[in-house]
Parts: sequence; structure tokens; C-alpha cells
Amino acid sequence: MQCEELTELLAASAEAGSAAPSVIVDARARAHVEGCLRCQAELAQYRKLLRALHNLRTEVLTPAPGLVADVFAHLEEAGERHAVRSLVRGRRVAYAGGLAVAATAAGAGAAYVLVARRGRKLRAAS
Amino acid sequence: MPDELAELVAAARSGDRAAFEELVRATSAETYTLAYRLLGNEEDARDVVQETYLRAYKGIERFRGDSQFSTWLYRITANCAATYLGRRARHRHDELSDEAPLADVSPDRDPQGLAMASNLRDRLNEALEQLPPRLKAVIVLRDVYDLPHEAIAAELGITESAAKVRLHRARRRLREQLFPLPGEEEEARAV
Repeated sequence: MQCEELTELLAASAEAGSAAPSVIVDARARAHVEGCLRCQAELAQYRKLLRALHNLRTEVLTPAPGLVADVFAHLEEAGERHAVRSLVRGRRVAYAGGLAVAATAAGAGAAYVLVARRGRKLRAAS
Repeated sequence: MPDELAELVAAARSGDRAAFEELVRATSAETYTLAYRLLGNEEDARDVVQETYLRAYKGIERFRGDSQFSTWLYRITANCAATYLGRRARHRHDELSDEAPLADVSPDRDPQGLAMASNLRDRLNEALEQLPPRLKAVIVLRDVYDLPHEAIAAELGITESAAKVRLHRARRRLREQLFPLPGEEEEARAV
């Protein structure tokens, strides 16, 4: 087994919380690392890197003033947009409902006129 | 989760707008820090923070408390940042290749760099900034913020195995740059 074949494995194994070769699950790879100073050093460097990265968690940047106000303004704006959309949607529904009622009324009226005319024709024929 | 934050979350979930605003005040600096780390500039980070809290506000009723509130917020931030980066890449033709060359942050070559990169943390921050965005996202979310692989994959819209490949690639690049082994030093300097 060559060191180059283990690069990915070493980068993944460093997460196990120790720089000891015993963290490597694959037996063949572990045997190689146990006997290879270069791979052991690489594993130790990955551990060092991960510790340094983890320590960045405590670092909190201070945003320029006004961020919280901007967030509130964005929430407000989105709320207003939502209200306007709801209003427009409500009006559309009312408009569509009105059209439907008018169409139904017109249809019913036309049907009544047709039936009434047919009735008069029948009476005239008899 | 600290008790005070838990109480605010509970109140915000039941529709208390003032409690949500308190949550924003309590967490905005951390959210901004993550957004800045993912995007690399202040203006974009501020936009993403605003979008993050809007989504959080809309979705807080669905936050069941299975994870910490901060973790839930990190996931939303990651998702918003990924969307933002995708949009930015389309508009500005950002470099998204994993193989983009890194700037030299080795302190012994550049006197200005030497002054700036006075310690490991500075050098690490600088090296992170130089990573391509899609490598930077996975390593920041996994190794700095401890998000699980599946959460990272879900928020970035990639498979879990792709997330792992990017993570290992990012670790390798940072390791080679910050802690080069004998023989790698020349290569790291040649970049």
C-alpha cells in the first residue's frame, strides 16, 4: 500500500478525535500507518488542523451597526408584501365569486325565459 | 440551549413577535459570523442574515426543538448562503472550481503576509477565505460548526458522499498549506 492511496482516508480519520493509527478502521490501512512515520505525521497534522478549525467557533465577528434594524425592516417589508398579496388574492376571489353569481343568475334567467316561451307556444298550438 | 433562549423560542413559536425580535438580537452576531465565513464579504453576509431571519420567522412554528435553536439557525443560514452563492455565480461568473489556485498565505514569503498572519488563527482564516466557496462551505459547516454530514448535504443540495469528498478535499488543501509535510513545502510555496 502506498501513502498516496491513504490521503483521503487520513483526512477522514482525523475526525475520530485522536491522532493514533488505531482510529483507522480499515486493517490494511491501519497496518500501513502504524509502520509509516510520514502517514502518522500527516494524521497528526490533520488533527492539529481540525482543532484549529474547531477553535474558530468561539470567534464571533461584530457586524457593522444597523444589522438588527435591517433584519426587522426586512421582516416588516415581507409582512407588508404578504398582506398586500392576501388582499389582492381576496379581491380576486371576491371578483371571481361575483362573476360566478352573475353568470349563474343570467343562465337561470335565460332558462326561465326559454321555458316560459315554450309553454306559451304549446298553449297556442293546443 | 440556555434557559433564556429556550423561553424566547417557546414564546416566538406561539406567535410572540417581540420574543422573536429578542432572539434576533441574541443570535444575530453568530449568524452574521457564519454568513460572513461562507460568503466572504460583508454586504452579502448582511443580505443572507436578513433572509435567514425571514425564513426562521416563517418556519419557527415548525421548529420542534429536536436540535438546538442555534443549529437550526445555522442550517437555515447555510441554505440561504448556498442559494445566494448560486445566484451570485450566475451573475458574476464566480470561480466555483475546486481546483482554483490559492493565494499564498505562507508567512515566510510575503512580508506583508507575515505581519498579517501573525498566528495560526489568522493564517487559517486567510486560507479559508481563499478556498473555493463550495469547499469552504462544507469545511466551515462540518469542522467549525459541527453540523452532521447529512444536514450539510441537505442544506447545500448535494449528496452526502459529495459533501464528504468536498470536505476531505478542503481539509487536504488547508493541511498542505498550513502544515506541509517535508517535500510538500516547496509545492505549497509554488502555488
